[in-house]
Amino acid sequence: MSSDVKSRPATPMLREILEQPTLLGGIRSTPLPVRLGLAVFALGFLVVNVAIGVLVVSGRLDGHWYDFRDLGNATAALRSWLDDRDLGPWLSYWVTALIGGVGILSFVGGVLLIGTWVERRLLAKFQIRRGPNRVGPFGLLQPLADALKLIQKEVLIPIGADRKLFFLPPILIFIPAMLGWGPVPWAPNMAYLDVNVGLLYVVAISSLAVLAIFIAGWSSNNHYALLGAMRTVAMMVSYEIPVSLSLLSVVLFTGSLQLSEIVAWQSTHNTWLAMILPFSLFTFFFSSTAEINRTPNDIAEAESEIVAGFHTEYSGMKAGLFLAVELGNALLVGALVSTFFLGGYSLFGLEEWIPPYLILFAKISAVYFLFVWLRGTLPRFRLDQLMGYAWKFLIPLSIAFVGISAVEASIFARVDAPGLIVLGAIGIVNVVLTFVLVRAWARVVGYEVPRGEDTRPTLTTAVGGLRAAQRLRVTP
Amino acid sequence: MESTGIIVAFWVLAAVTVAGALGVIVSRDLLHAIFFLILSFLGMAGLFITLSADFIAVAQVLIYAGAISVLLVFAVMLTPLVSRDNGNSLYVAPGALAGLGLAALVVFVAVDTEWAQLSGDALAARSFPDTVATIGDLLLGRYVLAFEVASILLLFALLGAIVLVHERRADAAAGAADTPANREEAA
Repeated sequence: MSSDVKSRPATPMLREILEQPTLLGGIRSTPLPVRLGLAVFALGFLVVNVAIGVLVVSGRLDGHWYDFRDLGNATAALRSWLDDRDLGPWLSYWVTALIGGVGILSFVGGVLLIGTWVERRLLAKFQIRRGPNRVGPFGLLQPLADALKLIQKEVLIPIGADRKLFFLPPILIFIPAMLGWGPVPWAPNMAYLDVNVGLLYVVAISSLAVLAIFIAGWSSNNHYALLGAMRTVAMMVSYEIPVSLSLLSVVLFTGSLQLSEIVAWQSTHNTWLAMILPFSLFTFFFSSTAEINRTPNDIAEAESEIVAGFHTEYSGMKAGLFLAVELGNALLVGALVSTFFLGGYSLFGLEEWIPPYLILFAKISAVYFLFVWLRGTLPRFRLDQLMGYAWKFLIPLSIAFVGISAVEASIFARVDAPGLIVLGAIGIVNVVLTFVLVRAWARVVGYEVPRGEDTRPTLTTAVGGLRAAQRLRVTP
Repeated sequence: MESTGIIVAFWVLAAVTVAGALGVIVSRDLLHAIFFLILSFLGMAGLFITLSADFIAVAQVLIYAGAISVLLVFAVMLTPLVSRDNGNSLYVAPGALAGLGLAALVVFVAVDTEWAQLSGDALAARSFPDTVATIGDLLLGRYVLAFEVASILLLFALLGAIVLVHERRADAAAGAADTPANREEAA
């Protein structure tokens, strides 16, 4: 097949791809001085890393302010230094609060800048095209160019819009997207707002975003905007329940609402909750895509149906802010999925060597990649399909799994065996139960595609998917 | 408790809460009233935080600002004549009466409380346990009956909602006969 393609490329694009240099060919074609320089650089990099490794192992770093593995140490040292100067407790409070806030803001802002480029390039890869590659090296400056273009644009206010409310949403929608980062632990001492109700806080904050979206849709005085807002509200009402239920299982096992404790539990038991609670992970991930308007659940701003949904009437940087928040929310959900289900900043003891915040960032990037992958792969659901999926499928199964994990958590608390064995057994049982229950419930609800029949889609006049087509064919 | 930060926080939050509540009454647009109500809810959550009742604060945001307000928005959207002026209503007199009653209750509690035991050194001497664990223990221990009654009530509400909107078989059959495909065939 491949030789056939090589001899006769079907399209110019395919020919271009085939003509691209391979990695090995690229190395062979670089000149010798450049290769030598790169080798010296790599060697230096290795030496520096070994030196850092020796420092870490010898324990000379532990707890000092220059312990770069946990930036919380530096702020703690700064706080105690300020307290020693006796300038009043308010100063150290303000200084550490500002450092944390600016840290989170600059991290999210930086990732937002690069994130749009990453998403567009990845989507282009999935769709076998190039993506933005003109502005700057590899098109890296494309987000800046986009922002400049958006800022220059005229601010439009539709006639009949609610002028007072129309200006609020682009600002309001940023608040939950930023506040949600508060309790995420980046390292053992590196959480900005490590409250003991962190998990509830995250759920509560994320439920506020819907209000900004609704204000945007309502104040625009536009049917499409209002439709998008209504869809968002309906989706939020439906999908907040599975999110809470899936997180309930997490709380049952870890016995804490504090995010750092949840990570610490996974770290001490050398496990990821994703292995123990696969269905909760899926529920949380899927429902989150619905809550933050990502494909396959982005019906609130489905371009093919209702222009751009709730932000149809926003122009220039205001629309840009909505898009930026969408990306920021995807990252936030990535952080939450990693914290709740993928072990957070811990990586089976490797967090002693690698700075934990880098581990967490790698996990966030992995989840974000999954989001982009889904966006490049899956089509959009219909509104009623999405609602039905939440109410008929996710919620009943989530309730069943909350009961199951309650039993398992109490068994785990009482059994006097090594934790890893018990948790492994629970994990295997849960994987099997997930398969059995999902299949059984799908059969009950009627989602299962019938076997042994022709399931190719056929052209029909009736609205509906495959099954409607089949029903029509059976009873013409 | 006596530090300036918390006093400033209290007055700012109290101002936000009261201003939001006033806005609910004053604003003519029903949706503006809902958004003012949410502002008031958020101010209340902040006040709970200054009382170090973090669980109640988060529950306030989650349930009132996040869920109840969405339900209100839903109700408004599904109501005909929603853009009608939110002006005079027959319910002004009973509403004022109920408000006065509530205010009297709050004033009575405030006057009746022994504030000397709840402020200053007496407050500092008290220990404040983790509110989440305490509330959980109480809900599933001492007040388990009330907890169960509330959950059964909610279950009945859920079932009642399903029964109300449930499509009967006869209706479903009548609806199925009216699909576009059938209509085309009939034509």
